[in-house]
Amino acid sequence: MYKLLLCVRYLRTRYIALASIISVMLGVATMIVVNSVMAGFTSEMRDRLHNFLADIVIESRTMEGIDDTDRQLAAVEAAAGEYIAAMTPTIDVPGMIMFEDPYNGKTITTQVMIQGIDPESKGLVGPLRDYLASYNPEIEDGVVIREAERSRAEPLSWELTASAARYREEMKRQEALEIRGAFEDDSLSVTNTPHENRAIDDSPDFDPVSSNPSTNAAADESKPLDDDAFLQDPLVKQPESQIQTGAYPARVYIGEGIVSFQAQDPDTGKLHKVMLRQPGDDIILSTVTVGRPPEIVKMNATVVDSFRSGMNEYDTSIVLMNIKELQKNRGMHLDNAITSIHIRLKNYDDAPKAIAALQGAFPPGTVTIKTWEEKQGLLLSAVEVETAILNVLLFLIITVAGFGILAIFYMIVVEKTRDIGILKSLGASSNGVMSIFLYYGLGLGIVGSTAGVALGLVFVRYINQIEDGLSWVTGRKVFDEKIYYFFEIPTYVNPVMVLSVALGAIAIAVLASILPARRAARLHPVRALRFE
Amino acid sequence: MAETIKMTKPLISAEAISKSYFKGQHKIPVLQGAGLKANRGEFISVIGQSGSGKSTLLHVMGLLDSPDIGEVILDGTRIDNLNQKARDQLRNHVFGFIFQFYHLLPELSLLENVMTPLMIRHSIFGYWAKRKEIRDAAMDIINQVGLSHRIKHRPSELSGGEMQRGAIARALVGKPEILLADEPTGNLDAVTGRGIMELLNSLNENQKLTIVMVTHDEAIAAQAHRTVRLAEGRIQLHAREDAA
Ligand SMILES: Nc1ncnc2c1ncn2[C@@H]1O[C@H](COP(=O)(O)OP(=O)(O)O)[C@@H](O)[C@H]1O
Ligand SMILES: [Mg+2]
Repeated sequence: MYKLLLCVRYLRTRYIALASIISVMLGVATMIVVNSVMAGFTSEMRDRLHNFLADIVIESRTMEGIDDTDRQLAAVEAAAGEYIAAMTPTIDVPGMIMFEDPYNGKTITTQVMIQGIDPESKGLVGPLRDYLASYNPEIEDGVVIREAERSRAEPLSWELTASAARYREEMKRQEALEIRGAFEDDSLSVTNTPHENRAIDDSPDFDPVSSNPSTNAAADESKPLDDDAFLQDPLVKQPESQIQTGAYPARVYIGEGIVSFQAQDPDTGKLHKVMLRQPGDDIILSTVTVGRPPEIVKMNATVVDSFRSGMNEYDTSIVLMNIKELQKNRGMHLDNAITSIHIRLKNYDDAPKAIAALQGAFPPGTVTIKTWEEKQGLLLSAVEVETAILNVLLFLIITVAGFGILAIFYMIVVEKTRDIGILKSLGASSNGVMSIFLYYGLGLGIVGSTAGVALGLVFVRYINQIEDGLSWVTGRKVFDEKIYYFFEIPTYVNPVMVLSVALGAIAIAVLASILPARRAARLHPVRALRFE
Repeated sequence: MAETIKMTKPLISAEAISKSYFKGQHKIPVLQGAGLKANRGEFISVIGQSGSGKSTLLHVMGLLDSPDIGEVILDGTRIDNLNQKARDQLRNHVFGFIFQFYHLLPELSLLENVMTPLMIRHSIFGYWAKRKEIRDAAMDIINQVGLSHRIKHRPSELSGGEMQRGAIARALVGKPEILLADEPTGNLDAVTGRGIMELLNSLNENQKLTIVMVTHDEAIAAQAHRTVRLAEGRIQLHAREDAA
């Protein structure tokens, strides 16, 4: 009994013990916060990767793809239909995108991944509606700045929204007027204004109706990608009556990161998103045909929507295009070929069984069949390793706290030497004296851990408010939602993690007190009593 | 008269105790065959110069230390060679210690200090079951030493005399058979010291408590039934007021 009493008294009267409690507390709190945020980010990232990629992806080994979509889908259905909830054919092909920056008139050309999709079935495999701008309100700093333009019930399609169509018509008319003005003026200086460059979109050589590989290839030869040619040709050849205001048959949902950038508002100093291409605008895509050798093919395409999956890598590199047009442009339409099939399973746990069943459905060596995790294996395992290393490092912090406890306990044992002698003279056993200090370590660990868990959980709970506070104090955004696409810092508190961190810290506190406790137990009572 | 017959057999005796300390290579003999007997209910004082080994003798008798040579016999049984656990038990049940510097635990209140030997004796559950009894026993003893108005005070809030009374209460709460007192008045002024001595005397008379007290003060030593002198590591054969 005296053990508990003394240990509680020592805890309460030794302020130096507070230092070890605080170090344990901070170590535990840090571990909980970091783990929760890491887990939050990881699960969010996994979700986003997973959603965009579907559960299983069957990929052709070549860019030419495999013929006969319908037969393939039927084969997949026949092989693993019992596991499959939805699937969608896809064409993946690298390409280039070219469009003009309306603010400085420069032409932007970047490398992209063109993905031919069928929106309807794609929407069944992944949450496509969640990504498309027109189905979602635009939110900036937690405030809705634009309502959703389409209702969720509206089927996914390649049609422009009414407002985008109106915008397009207005823009085309404007351009036609300017072109004619320039034509009549015959002044070259006008061609330097950004709007003039848009004339390229109206080039008759990119006749939308006949945008198939052969004509495009021809266009390519006759019209090299040369600024002067773009600017001059329409002026010469374009009569007003032929102005094309309808959208091109090639339609795209464009990755938001490709056509937007963050600009600082000079008045408020706030960052906001600036779109370089609106729905209704046109872009030029180029890619390769399936011919041998592959030839470059150019496509005029109309932007129908922009998407944001939340994975920066995708949003800055993927252009989703209507699969039929992509097939046509790449010369795949005759064979109805595709390069991959994305599959959503009824139950993801069945993935190994489904993959085994699918292996047999394709001739060996023609396709690779992988789960999304296998496809993103490198990234996922990198994150796992990162988390593990971080945990080791953080646990070292708690171990440092353990050494602090060891030193402080040694000090307390020395300070309490006489009292230990007194207790022994009163009949306390060595084990009894030892347990005072072990209980002491245990108590310290429990108090420190509990406080740390509480602090950590409160921190995680209010992490966004804390982030706001920090941003306010430091004057710059600590966590920029525009970069991460999170409006809030995602967190996930794993109870098992919290418990093991707390128990680990308690164990370290007890371990650290063993040495001083043994020293106390071994003190010779007379020596201790004579100690001044 | 039955008492007298019983008294012929000593309650505790230290026989031919030798004990030396080492300072580096040098052997410093402290006790060289010192012997001391105390009958039940006897109040013995051991007088000797500072450094003559009085405390050492007391520690050996109270099992806080072991002799190099010699035996400690309690009621006819040798106890100095018992195992650690038995020695702990004996210290708790049979001996009560009081020290020159009181040695109360600074973190505990007076009442808690007095209860300590009983808390040591009982496990947590035993203590919980008997907590009222234990508290009553402690309060009873504190009353006897006249400190009932001070139970909530920390040792640092008590005077020297009060602390020593507290220490006596703590030594007695476990109902020991022998009280070992190491210069109990050594740190007190004459008047307070006399009060402590009166308390010890009354305990000896009223409760037939066996007391072995060491001191370097002749006047204090004189208040015991019997005084022996410790010098050169031995008890000098000089008796005063011998009860026998
Ligand atoms: N642990 C020890 N190591 C060395 N010498 C000691 C130790 N303890 C006591 N002594 C020596 O033993 C002698 C007797 O000490 P002590 O019994 O305290 O004497 P007294 O109580 O009569 O003053 C002293 O000279 C002291 O220095
Ligand atoms: Mg002494």
